[in-house]
Amino acid sequence: MSSVVAKVKQKQIAQLIANGKRLDGREIYEHREIQLEVGVIEKAEGSARVRLGKTEVLVGIKIEVGTPFPDTPEEGVLTVNAELVPLASPSFEPGPPDENSIELARIVDRGIRESKAIPVEELSLESGKNVIIVFVDLYVLNHDGNLIDASAIAATAALLNTKMPNYAVEEGEIKKKSGYVQLPIKNHPIAITFAKIDGKMIADPLLEEEQVMDSRLTMTFDKDGNICAIQKGGTGYFTLKEIVEAAKIGQEKSAELRKHVVKE
Amino acid sequence: MPGKTQDKLIDKEGKRVDGRALDELRPIKIEVGVLSNADGSAYIEQGKCKILAAVYGPREAHPKHLALPDRALLQCRYHMAPFSVDERKSPAPSRREVEISKVIREALEPAIFLEYYPRTSIDLFIEVLQADGGTRCAGITVAALALADAGIPMRDLVAACAAGKADGKLALDLSDAEDKLGQADIPVALMPTSDAVTLLQMDGILNLEEFEQTVNLALTGCKQIYKLQKETLKAKYVALKEEKEE
Repeated sequence: MSSVVAKVKQKQIAQLIANGKRLDGREIYEHREIQLEVGVIEKAEGSARVRLGKTEVLVGIKIEVGTPFPDTPEEGVLTVNAELVPLASPSFEPGPPDENSIELARIVDRGIRESKAIPVEELSLESGKNVIIVFVDLYVLNHDGNLIDASAIAATAALLNTKMPNYAVEEGEIKKKSGYVQLPIKNHPIAITFAKIDGKMIADPLLEEEQVMDSRLTMTFDKDGNICAIQKGGTGYFTLKEIVEAAKIGQEKSAELRKHVVKE
Repeated sequence: MPGKTQDKLIDKEGKRVDGRALDELRPIKIEVGVLSNADGSAYIEQGKCKILAAVYGPREAHPKHLALPDRALLQCRYHMAPFSVDERKSPAPSRREVEISKVIREALEPAIFLEYYPRTSIDLFIEVLQADGGTRCAGITVAALALADAGIPMRDLVAACAAGKADGKLALDLSDAEDKLGQADIPVALMPTSDAVTLLQMDGILNLEEFEQTVNLALTGCKQIYKLQKETLKAKYVALKEEKEE
């Protein structure tokens, strides 16, 4: 966006927020409507498609057998990758992952890894030789802001929906036996992202809001309300007070959002 | 490292493996103006971490299309030397280094008057020569000094420090072992005069109360480091003045 347009837009958005309103009529800490479908890709071992307002993310889980990292010979491997597919936004270009897609993948990765959602110690087949590798591929289909929360919800939902082949070790060989087993999932990380615009905090920013925000703060919460990952982004700053406030609001909101993902 | 793990990171008296108290920083040594080709440079040793930072610019933006009409472009590369860690690291930038380059840039940008130099680029290079935990924070601390050494107008210095939880206790400025075996790590960067937090990340598990305490602990570390930064800068100019007078 050109800097002149951005300044005009920022004024409009900031004025709305000062009155407790948003461009789309939401409250300052209200998330857009979440629509979730699971099992949308039959070839993937797990999948989920999330719509957060007009933002849309598809996550596919692929399961493979491979060698573990040398420092963790008895643990399965988690790999998260994000693709900002060119069809999703005029600002996305084909090519190797840029810093934005790497950051997105690493924020989602951190939430899953640190909450110990996947019990990697249960995913070893032969110590040091063969373990289960869980590939989480985030595929952004339409970008209307807050890719992080949408991707994190989709990843958690897809993992809960993942059935892996029934592997067994027989005479030193890995065999696929008949049937499938559920991928064990022990935690359900949910990310809550805030944007700061003209000194005020909002949750779940739209693309237009992200284009004028000073800074961004994502906090990921586990099912017990603990924080398991944080990432500040953008070229502005936060005060300690804002950070503590965000943690409190984020904790409440994550519990609400989790209800969409984990049906119990 | 397998087989090298400590049984305990913190002993009964609350002393850490390297003898530090829980709220104690690692020994820090900083120098500015260490490279003759760069417009500004600085070097830091924090415990076993050894990091060099250099600033070139403001200069013509390269590639040109990246230049911004209303302010300077800040470009930052955080990079680890292949020999800086136990297992040789490939010199090609890893995904971790790409992410850290981004968060460091965003931690320093609020401090710089980029609007003074439209259409130019300020290029910042951070080379980790030896890593032992907390390299992104030490990288920010040393990069802020390199920017100041380059004479780039800044609102404030940026000082960074991590705090976390190891062996169930909150501790300041985690070493590599404490970070890897501990329960949580929170790197924080601060512009102390305005109490502006410009970097905040976390991995691990903390409840809200522990989180707030840990961030506060990290902030005390930032403030101590800020003092060292200022002393280092002052010492350089006092030394220059004395040289001139002689």
